[in-house]
Amino acid sequence: MLFFSFFKTLVDHEVTIELKNDLSIRGTLKSVDQFLNIKLDDITVIEEGNYPHLSAVKNVFIRGSVVRYVHLPANAVDTALLEDATRREAANTAAQKTR
Amino acid sequence: MMDAPLPPLPPQMFTTSAQLLDLTDKKLLVSLRDGRKFIGVLRTWDQYANLVLQNTVERIIVDDMYCDIKRGVFIVRGENVLLLGEIDLDKEDFFPYRLAPHKEVFARQLEVQQEKKRKEKTHKKKLLQLGFETETEVTGL
Repeated sequence: MLFFSFFKTLVDHEVTIELKNDLSIRGTLKSVDQFLNIKLDDITVIEEGNYPHLSAVKNVFIRGSVVRYVHLPANAVDTALLEDATRREAANTAAQKTR
Repeated sequence: MMDAPLPPLPPQMFTTSAQLLDLTDKKLLVSLRDGRKFIGVLRTWDQYANLVLQNTVERIIVDDMYCDIKRGVFIVRGENVLLLGEIDLDKEDFFPYRLAPHKEVFARQLEVQQEKKRKEKTHKKKLLQLGFETETEVTGL
């Protein structure tokens, strides 16, 4: 849930998704879901020459399971908040285990 | 459901359904993990991104050629899906590839795939010697 919430804060930011087949797509993050499937609008394919089939495509839905990396702008991330949320999540998981 | 207070978001539902609902009844390019590309109209789907496509055409692109194969109605299992792309019907006309006869495209595709396999084999071997395990999930482009 943590990364789901995290990505929700990044809606309307420009990100680059690197897929497991080495394809990289840059676009505006429009939506994310619990499986971390991602919707990007207004996409640009990095190294378009290698991937001609996406020339007529403007928006994509990317299945979460095929994402390798999500490249983000560093200034869009509040690391303190993220650390905080991670600590809370870790505490919750630990508490649940000992219950 | 959320533990951290989030800034006020536009009233979108962040679910797979909401995302795919947008794409329903639209002409989509579906890219699969094995490198195949299908173009069809998305009729229905579920939370696993299993899809039903109508008037599906498989487009094979090799070098500067391409060919289309009519496939009819397709049910695609979600785990094979790489991405769904909404085809912009205006941009579609600028397709810088020439339509070639099926035989030619298949033959060339076979060559390209075999060459790729050979290269990947040597690549994998080298990596294995260095102690790396290569990803086997996604094979195609």
